[in-house]
Amino acid sequence: MMASSYNAKEEDGHHSGAAGHGGAGAVKSRKPDNTAFKQQRLPAWQPILTAGTVLPAFFVIGLIFIPIGIGLYVTSNNIKEFEIDYTGVDSNSPCYSCARNFSSNSTTPCTCSLNFTLEQPFESNVFMYYGLSNFYQNHRRYVKSRDDSQLNGDLSSLKEPSKECEPYRTSESFPIAPCGAIANSLFNDTLELYYVESNGTRNLVPLVKKGIAWWTDKHVKFRNPSGNSNLTIAFQGTSKPVNWRKPVFELDPLDSENNGFINEDFIVWMRTAALPTFRKLYRIIQKKPSTTPTLPSGRYILTVTYNYPVLSFDGRKRMILSTISWMGGKNPFLGIAYITVGSICFFLGADIPN
Amino acid sequence: MPWMSPLARIRDALAGQRARDKDLRNLVSNLPYEGLDKWKQPNRHFRNNGIKTTKYSVLFFIPMNLFEQFHRLANLYFVGLAILNFVPVVQAFEPEVALIPICVILALTAIKDAWEDFRRYKSDKKLNRLPCFVYSSKEKCFVEKRWKDVRVGDFVKVESNDIVPADLLLLYTSDPNGVCHIETANLDGETNLKQRRAVPGVCITVSNTDILLIIHAVIRTGCLGFSHPDLVLKQHLVYLKGHETKAMLNNNGPRYKRSRLERRLNIDVIFCILLLFTMCIIGSLGHYLWLESMPSVPLYLVPQTDGHLDTPSLSSFYKFFSMIILLQVLIPISLYVSIELVKIGQIYFITNDLDLYDEETDATIQCKALNITEDLGQIQYIFSDKTGTLTENKMVFRRCSIMGREYPHKENGMFLCGPKRALKMYIYKIKILMFTKSLPPNQQETEVILDQKLLRQIRGTEKIDAYQDFFLALAICNTVVVSMATAKRLRVSARLTAEFQQTNQSNPLDTLSSLVRRAGSWTRLRAPITSETSANDLTTQGQSVNQTGGQTCSLHVPPQGTAPAVPAGKLCYEAESPDEAALVHTAKAYGFVLMSRTPDSVTVQLPSGAQLRFEVLDTLSFDSNRKRMSVLVRHPISKQCILYTKGADYAIMELLETPYGEKQQKAIASDTQQHLDCYAKEGLRTLCIAKKVLCDGEYESWAVQRQHALAAMDNREQLIMDSAVQIETNLCLLGATGVEDRLQDSVPDTVMTLREAGIQVWVLTGDKPETAVNIGYACRLLEQDDLVINMSCKNLCYWEKQSCSADPRNVDTTPDISLVIDGRTLTMLMSPDLRDRFVDLARHCRSVLCCRVTPLQKSEVVKLIREKLKVMTLAVGDGANDVNMIQAADIGVGISGQEGMQAVMASDFAISRFKHLKKLLLVHGHWCYSRLANMIIYFFYKNAANVNLLFWYQFFCGFTANAMIDHWLMIFFNLLFTSVPPIMFGIMDKDVSAEMLLGLPELYRTGQGKGEYSFFTFWISMLDAFYQSLVAFFIPYFTYRGSDIDIYAFGTPLNTISLFTILLHLSIEIKAWTIVHVFIILGSVTLYFIVTLAYGVRYLNYSGYWTLQAQMVDPMFYLVCLISTVIALLPRYLFHVLKNSITCSPIVEARHLDTLEPSTRDQWIKEWRSFRGRVQDKTSDVSVPPSPSLENLQDDTKQVKL
Repeated sequence: MMASSYNAKEEDGHHSGAAGHGGAGAVKSRKPDNTAFKQQRLPAWQPILTAGTVLPAFFVIGLIFIPIGIGLYVTSNNIKEFEIDYTGVDSNSPCYSCARNFSSNSTTPCTCSLNFTLEQPFESNVFMYYGLSNFYQNHRRYVKSRDDSQLNGDLSSLKEPSKECEPYRTSESFPIAPCGAIANSLFNDTLELYYVESNGTRNLVPLVKKGIAWWTDKHVKFRNPSGNSNLTIAFQGTSKPVNWRKPVFELDPLDSENNGFINEDFIVWMRTAALPTFRKLYRIIQKKPSTTPTLPSGRYILTVTYNYPVLSFDGRKRMILSTISWMGGKNPFLGIAYITVGSICFFLGADIPN
Repeated sequence: MPWMSPLARIRDALAGQRARDKDLRNLVSNLPYEGLDKWKQPNRHFRNNGIKTTKYSVLFFIPMNLFEQFHRLANLYFVGLAILNFVPVVQAFEPEVALIPICVILALTAIKDAWEDFRRYKSDKKLNRLPCFVYSSKEKCFVEKRWKDVRVGDFVKVESNDIVPADLLLLYTSDPNGVCHIETANLDGETNLKQRRAVPGVCITVSNTDILLIIHAVIRTGCLGFSHPDLVLKQHLVYLKGHETKAMLNNNGPRYKRSRLERRLNIDVIFCILLLFTMCIIGSLGHYLWLESMPSVPLYLVPQTDGHLDTPSLSSFYKFFSMIILLQVLIPISLYVSIELVKIGQIYFITNDLDLYDEETDATIQCKALNITEDLGQIQYIFSDKTGTLTENKMVFRRCSIMGREYPHKENGMFLCGPKRALKMYIYKIKILMFTKSLPPNQQETEVILDQKLLRQIRGTEKIDAYQDFFLALAICNTVVVSMATAKRLRVSARLTAEFQQTNQSNPLDTLSSLVRRAGSWTRLRAPITSETSANDLTTQGQSVNQTGGQTCSLHVPPQGTAPAVPAGKLCYEAESPDEAALVHTAKAYGFVLMSRTPDSVTVQLPSGAQLRFEVLDTLSFDSNRKRMSVLVRHPISKQCILYTKGADYAIMELLETPYGEKQQKAIASDTQQHLDCYAKEGLRTLCIAKKVLCDGEYESWAVQRQHALAAMDNREQLIMDSAVQIETNLCLLGATGVEDRLQDSVPDTVMTLREAGIQVWVLTGDKPETAVNIGYACRLLEQDDLVINMSCKNLCYWEKQSCSADPRNVDTTPDISLVIDGRTLTMLMSPDLRDRFVDLARHCRSVLCCRVTPLQKSEVVKLIREKLKVMTLAVGDGANDVNMIQAADIGVGISGQEGMQAVMASDFAISRFKHLKKLLLVHGHWCYSRLANMIIYFFYKNAANVNLLFWYQFFCGFTANAMIDHWLMIFFNLLFTSVPPIMFGIMDKDVSAEMLLGLPELYRTGQGKGEYSFFTFWISMLDAFYQSLVAFFIPYFTYRGSDIDIYAFGTPLNTISLFTILLHLSIEIKAWTIVHVFIILGSVTLYFIVTLAYGVRYLNYSGYWTLQAQMVDPMFYLVCLISTVIALLPRYLFHVLKNSITCSPIVEARHLDTLEPSTRDQWIKEWRSFRGRVQDKTSDVSVPPSPSLENLQDDTKQVKL
């Protein structure tokens, strides 16, 4: 016989007494609240993606994208860029011998000069880059091989660099400043640019080395060790990176604002590149106040003090001159992409409904 | 005796000691020791009565919780990764950073556990603080103490309607017979009252395995008196406390059901692992090739600390592990946590649904299984109990047949069948008028409108004739307990049950299911030798109550003085089954009022007003084998021994006296049988009433045998049953009754809807085929023009012959075949050689009714279908007999109705009405499934899309496992920026509105079978993830190629694109936007920018210092992000557009309809349905001519075409 209480049901409401001991004295209905949220009846918008509703959106996307694309494309095309490879792989190259006979111990720097011609004049500010190919600045261990607090002027890190810097942490029991593989592999070619006038005289093009690093890097992130304005003393008790020819406080002896850790060339190098082929800003050629172009068309000579070996990893070194626009350097890709996508959307949106 | 080493001897001795300790429990009363120091207390070894269901203590929470959590494989994987990070050569992240995800996940789970544990603690505290009265020898009275302060050896006073605080030994009751009634609903769900007898004796030692009263049981006798000074001690002696109570001992670990979706998901996780390994191998190979291709050592290769470089092969070997760490997110560990959170949210909404709330019982749906919500959306087979599930299980007396004459009670039937709504309204009005409380319960059942003809018959005859006998039998032959309406039992069970479950919250199911099992084996209280108690007294539980009562009760004068004072209307009957109650009420209506019932006597008031007190000699209680019960009484006037028997018609008819030549008896039997058949056709539950007069000698010889059976230690059940069978012979038929079990509200509609939703509904019932078939028609399980195959044992042999020709292919042509099987046939069909054919046939039937099945068979059927057809099954039932089935099915639904709580306790979901199943499955099931399926797919996609960016980057960083995004930001990306939207998506998305889902049940079919989460959808989304990551990586790559961009400046747009793609992808997937959606999506974006910007400023040591700031002033950043996001999402967008425009899946159409105005929409639904109805009609018309083989089948089998 099934066990049951016949009268059970109705008596639920009479509950009190013994159960009241349980604290449920007041009989409270368990009826759920009738709120929109609890009943899942919040006002909702239920979009349904169908051709009819969506294709106009495509049309609009097309209408927006195509002009952007054209704008990008034109801007990119207006940017003037010149690039010259000075690695010296080819035996005809002036730097061939420098590349061949490279030795990190040689005291006399090897220099070589390359001639090139600019077909068109470069207006406004011209940015001078050095480019490296096949250089994996984004190698995991390489990227980590630095001590940011040391670079921020922290004294204890200066004396006791982070373990991340191994094996470029100490040299002959002195802590290395700046420590780590990135600093150790600092790009140290010197590039000079001469404009060859029609009469054959070589005019040195003035290269500005300030303002090439990010402002925040230069003024916030990178700091020389505090305590002494004299960098030689501040860096006392540290050793220069193994590959360096001179210590960090002699990177730019002429300008104390550009020396030590806050040397802009150094800062630029320390922003490790994202991809194995990259360029880094080297110098800026400022626009002349007169109407003459910054770099008039004509013959130029690039003089390279060849210090940086790249052949060991099949790398290439380049010098790049480029004017710059709001979209950065010359790159038609984005413009083309916008135009393509815009056109596809436009046609999808415009044609299918008909 | 073989030689034993001394050590072994000692060991054995100790073991024996321990065993004895366990077997016997020597208790000393605490009274003489009151006030002594604790160490002097004799019962100090026993634990106190405080309950502690909490898993953890405050002090050891962290280690214990961690230990618990590390049982999970996923967490171990995570920890393994974190440890891998500490290996210097492998490390990809800073070790500390790598610990964050695992810490967060462990912390989240720990918080959840802590919260649950805290709730348990609170409910424990509440229980422990409940008051109870314990005798104190100092104060010479019972003082109030808290439950937790009750100790073993205390004397406890429990008053009427109190909750029993511990396992108690009943020493004394206020009842002169030493009897009390307890309710054990909290333990085994049985709501009927159980009798317990006091132990005559004070010095008591009780064995541990015995049990008398259980915590939470309700004592209901009058106030337990202690006026007599000698009796003070004879109160309840506490002998099992707190954790040692049976209730707590049966408290086991939680039952864990795994949903089908989760099982599929695990397969996909394995795919992800394979994918991860492939990617890691590619990475490691790539690294090797990259190193090999170098002419000499380049500047950027950083040697180890000691200055040497690893060989390429070793280095690439290490890189394999670094890659695993880098790409670990591909295996979505956080998915498991998210799924749990989503399910909690889904359950929150289910439990808060107003439509699943029943006003009458003030009960909402209870979700006991927290992790199978989505299975509700995939149900293909429903196995339903009949009584109490499809029907109300409120019995209404409809007809009777006495001595072969039928009394149709037409008015009664009309009254009840009349417009229910109006009736309800009427009752409702009364309720309001009377402020509900004083209204007698069960208005409809108790009120029997009398049949005038029958009334005249009774009035006309004063002598004891068959009519009087019939009604006396109705009044006596039952186990109904009479109580005064004033001292009515208070219903505490429901609430306390809830509370009790709360305390065991982690494992409500298992505990209770085990309790149900235990309930069957109430152990006898075994009296030890030292006790003065006679074994006989204690052997009495349940049916054997009268064994010794026979001698005592005659001495006892019944409380005649009080009984007549109580007007009959105030009597309150509490019956084990509604049938009994209905019959007693009927008897009452005809003037045969059951006034009181004690174990030894039954008092009945006759229509004349005279009261007869029958001495009860024995009660042969109901069991499912005999299918009848009997009460043996001695008539107070004639002093005859009379056996009244009541039972299933076939069980009684077999036992009728075979009168030689007595034609009248024969005629009565055949007439009654005719009436019975007629009742059954009407869907009434039939019972036959019979009597037998015994001579004293006969009785005495039988009584001796009975005593032996009751005293037997082995095989007692069987012996008791045998003894019952012995006396139940040569019965004299009195008549039969037909009791109606009305269908629950909107059952036919629910069944129809479920059927339309593609769910096969089977009914498994213990009733006879005729009744079942009728109910089947009533609830539209069977249709009028269905072909009903009735399989019963008689024609099974034909069936076997024919089953070859009646192969499913032929059956297939007729869509409307229904199968009715009875229990015995089912047993045969379940045999290994036939079961395949049976399943095959059943699959082609529209509906299947199994009659006269046992609980075990129910579960076997469920298991068979579930395993053979690989379908999702749901079992719904309300009684103890459905527990097996509920546990066997994928989802067990209990109906908290009339038949106690066992089904509810064993179930995964407990509803109060059958009709709630409709919304639960069609709406919540569909939603939960589609939400969760989409959420999981999205989660896989999200992780893959994000991680692949890192993978593509490996091709440009020499496969050195470098990341272009800061690790912190990478971790935040998963934990903060993109975690909430999918969870919200999983909780709140609505593909189709509830009205639509209810209006068009076909929509449910989308979830059946594989549904939205399939191999196909998983790989589509993975492919999409690959595509999107390619776009998100290579568009910025081509844009920034050759430029002076640094790593983190390059990573920033990538990360941003990834975020936008992932969130907008979700936006495409979201079917219904509410303010919450908008808020969370926008919140995620804002959070991303705020955190990244803040991070870029705050951390000077971060090499990506000021990166996002710098990027955000660069227009290129926006342009790159814009185009990449658009290109990445274009295919998914187009895919959806095409899917919605070209294919016309019902869901899409429903969504279209959803956007219409409600009135137009209803119009549409109506049209849709009518159209479909027409189509169905047509097909059934067309396919009327059955195949030849089927006709053979029909010839052989009994075809019921009504």
